Amino acid sequence: MYTATKLKVEGLTAYYNNKPAISDISLEFPERQVTAIIGPSGCGKSTLIRCLNRLHETAPHTRVEGRVLLDDEDIYALDPVRVRRRIGMVFQKANPFVTMSIYDNVSAALRFNGRHSREETDQVVVRSLQHAALWDEVKDRVDAPAVSLSGGQQQRLCIARALAADPEVLLMDEPCSALDPIATAKIEELIGRLKKDYTLIIVTHNMQQAARVADLTAFLYIGKLIEFGPTEELFERPKEKLTESYITGRFG
Amino acid sequence: MKFKFDRHTRRKLLSHTVAVLSGLTVIAVLYPLVSIVYEAVIRGGGVLFQWTFLTAKPPNACDVVSCSTVGIGPAIQGSLLVVAIASLIAVPVGLMAAILASEYRTRGFGRAVSFTADVLTGVPSIIMGAFVWGYFVLYDPSIAESVIAGGIALSAIMTPIVARTTEEALRTVPNAMREAAIALGISKWKMTLRIVLIAALPGIATGVLLAVMRAMGEAAPLLLTLGYTTNYNHSLLQPAAALPVLIYTFAESNYSNQQEVAWGATLFLLMFILAANILSRYMIHRLSQRMSGGA
Repeated sequence: MYTATKLKVEGLTAYYNNKPAISDISLEFPERQVTAIIGPSGCGKSTLIRCLNRLHETAPHTRVEGRVLLDDEDIYALDPVRVRRRIGMVFQKANPFVTMSIYDNVSAALRFNGRHSREETDQVVVRSLQHAALWDEVKDRVDAPAVSLSGGQQQRLCIARALAADPEVLLMDEPCSALDPIATAKIEELIGRLKKDYTLIIVTHNMQQAARVADLTAFLYIGKLIEFGPTEELFERPKEKLTESYITGRFG
Repeated sequence: MKFKFDRHTRRKLLSHTVAVLSGLTVIAVLYPLVSIVYEAVIRGGGVLFQWTFLTAKPPNACDVVSCSTVGIGPAIQGSLLVVAIASLIAVPVGLMAAILASEYRTRGFGRAVSFTADVLTGVPSIIMGAFVWGYFVLYDPSIAESVIAGGIALSAIMTPIVARTTEEALRTVPNAMREAAIALGISKWKMTLRIVLIAALPGIATGVLLAVMRAMGEAAPLLLTLGYTTNYNHSLLQPAAALPVLIYTFAESNYSNQQEVAWGATLFLLMFILAANILSRYMIHRLSQRMSGGA
């Protein structure tokens, strides 16, 4: 089931105020697969994923050591703005641009990052909304304000907005933690379909969710990578004692 | 004999006392406002509603009963001119200072900017006027009293207000919005100008308006820098009249017709500020409504 490696993390250590939030993490994310990162609160899951599109360093008093290779190129040696166009991200809480319409949100990457004709933009907006399974719900009101959508719709709008930038990798930081079960089910279904075209990396505190959507799972604990492998193996035959304790609910 | 109230009566009594005290403080706060408006209407209403008042020139000293009160046209023109010039300087400078202070805070310079704005807000306006005047006298005394000099003096008062309120407005824009833009690969300056600044627009508009209102009513910095004249201004390098300076000059006059003009100008200034306030509140309301989805 393994495909080529899309993103490779080598000896990654990330600091907040000179304190490491994750230390010496190495792992490989295979292309067109879903990899879940699980672990208890504060274990560094979000920090890890925020290092993968160089977002961590945009906060004050932060530092990153190590390498992150995207198709064998270290993203820390590239222009961060260009890196982020290739590695999209969806956040824990839906964060549409509140001043913009649904259409303007989805077309933001195109409008801000280069010149595109109106027809081209229209096409990308429709395709992205379809991809994010939101088109049928908003096709009659793409000019309505983004904030007029429900929470679950806003999260799918943010997915559409990320997809419109045509990324190769899509990072999702607990994308369902603010959503109800029905909206969560929709996003999980969407994740299953998106992996045909994108390499997906999803942070979740919900182990059932990881088991449902992920091909591979990484377990993090206090900033360290404890175990990484195929989801089924990790959940059914964990190699590490810590992993077993966590997935059987003895802590976290 | 000792009165003893039960708990219920005591609570009620306390509640009534607090209500009465609050009512009294409301009156204490409202009294100056109401009395200013009342006096201005009574004494200035008569002249203000002569239709030439807004365009005619102010009167010379005159104590003959028959001599007419005329208008405040030049002062309106001067005030608008000088505040427009001040805004042209203060709004861009204040905006840029605020962006530096809020969006580029990690660089120590940003912090210095907001500290400077704080200190400048507290500098007495007469000192701003004196400083600008002194500078112009050294540079070219012939334009030390001019619309340009007055505009620069007022801009020194407006800039910190615009900078401070804009900085606050930028800070209310959630960081999640910035991260969304960064994660899309949008460059920082585009994000700042086209996403963060737009989201903060209602707050920024309030700040600019506050600064304009303050500048409209300032007399102190203009006394030295704008000069005074009873004629319309024809050159930005010439002195001009301004409403607060006209009020200051005529309020001290011994002649009743000039006093009347001062009252008329007071009423006009009050009404102008009130109208601008209501209009802008409405516009800001509409603006923020559009942004929050018309809810």
